[in-house]
Amino acid sequence: MEVTIVDYNSGNISSVINSFKEVAKDKVNIEVTSDLNKIKSSDKVVLPGQGSFKSCIEALNNINGLVDILNEFAISDQKPLLGICVGLQMFADIGYEETETRGLGWISGKVSKINNQNGKFKLPHIGWNEINIMRDSKLFKDIKNHSHMYFVHSYEFIPQKKNVILATTDYSSNIVCAVESGNIFGTQFHPEKSDKFGLKIIDNFLKI
Amino acid sequence: MLKNRIIPCLDVKNGRVVKGINFVDLKDAGDPVEQAKIYSDGGADEICFLDITASNENRDTIYNVVERASKNCFVPLTVGGGVRSVEDINKLLNCGADKVSINTAAVQNPNVVEESSKKFGSQCIVVAIDAKKSGEKWEIFTHGGRNSTGINAIEYAKKMENCGAGELLVTSMDRDGTQSGYDIKLMKLISSNVNIPVIASGGVGTLDHLVEGIKSGASAVLAASIFHYGTYSVKQAKQYLVSKDIPVRI
Repeated sequence: MEVTIVDYNSGNISSVINSFKEVAKDKVNIEVTSDLNKIKSSDKVVLPGQGSFKSCIEALNNINGLVDILNEFAISDQKPLLGICVGLQMFADIGYEETETRGLGWISGKVSKINNQNGKFKLPHIGWNEINIMRDSKLFKDIKNHSHMYFVHSYEFIPQKKNVILATTDYSSNIVCAVESGNIFGTQFHPEKSDKFGLKIIDNFLKI
Repeated sequence: MLKNRIIPCLDVKNGRVVKGINFVDLKDAGDPVEQAKIYSDGGADEICFLDITASNENRDTIYNVVERASKNCFVPLTVGGGVRSVEDINKLLNCGADKVSINTAAVQNPNVVEESSKKFGSQCIVVAIDAKKSGEKWEIFTHGGRNSTGINAIEYAKKMENCGAGELLVTSMDRDGTQSGYDIKLMKLISSNVNIPVIASGGVGTLDHLVEGIKSGASAVLAASIFHYGTYSVKQAKQYLVSKDIPVRI
């Protein structure tokens, strides 16, 4: 099996690479590239993302043909794709970080700033928080409800349809922290930094 | 609910842990990677490396340490000490650091914070503030606490928040190394004046000090010697916090 981590200058992806290689061992080949042909021919794609919604979308657009290939992979070919952090947020139609920016539009919804309730909640939301699993998913196989995952973000994805929500976490309100829509998966938290359970989620994705 | 973090910190000099002690099952007490792995296996919420290498020739040793550690630790890794430029930050992130802490360079040139948080995202930029009490105020010191600046710590903390820092690592230079507890007033004052998370540092000698640190409003507590000399394990510290009704990840 070939799994591609999309390298599109979205910030620091070395932890994502390390964790996938740790889980994959020699069973799965992990490719880190922005090469369109390699992405197209791979079995699964991981879309990481750090920094702002706007900067990540711009970085995707800066690589000629990348958005088209990702659309083909996720929408036409319906092959499994995992978005992490801003990688997940970009599934939305629109994001409001820095300025209004159009997203990939794969899962209807918007990305807006977490309501800090007049300073009651510090932002970014940094640290370990429990996830509330809303429904069964292959992504969460053998993951107990209320497991802790590592978060770092100030913006949240608010999907239009609630049935895509796999899990939420409690910070200021119920923040959507994992989604699934057909072949498209995403986590707001960082499985690559979430210790054993995070690695288990990566393992689950590789086995989907 | 968001949990309070416990962050063990390792002082690293020329690629080696300073005064490493022999934990059971540890092949090389001086290897920061092995020590970090023990901490993360024990439930550390994050690992911090502070590079105190003095000479420029040996500075590159930290990159190798970070590279090896990040392949073995799957909790966040923060690296600080001697970070002077956006390029230094870039190098550390590429080696596998998740966050970089900037101290002297942020005082000398706040643009480093502004530029790097724009380039890499606020989530990976930690500004380390070394403060010393002077009269009724706190003043910022640089170069590992040697140089005074005349800058007010509270004003500086607000400024760093505006520059895009994602977190503040606040160390009381009066308490550092004394094991007499965090400077609670300082922690309270800074965390109530900014809207970003504060990591309390400097002075931990007992588990009660960790409790006090969290109660002062800090989101995370950093400690070096109590873990390093084996006085307490991370697990013991967490159990103690739970017994005091402080939410932590168990």
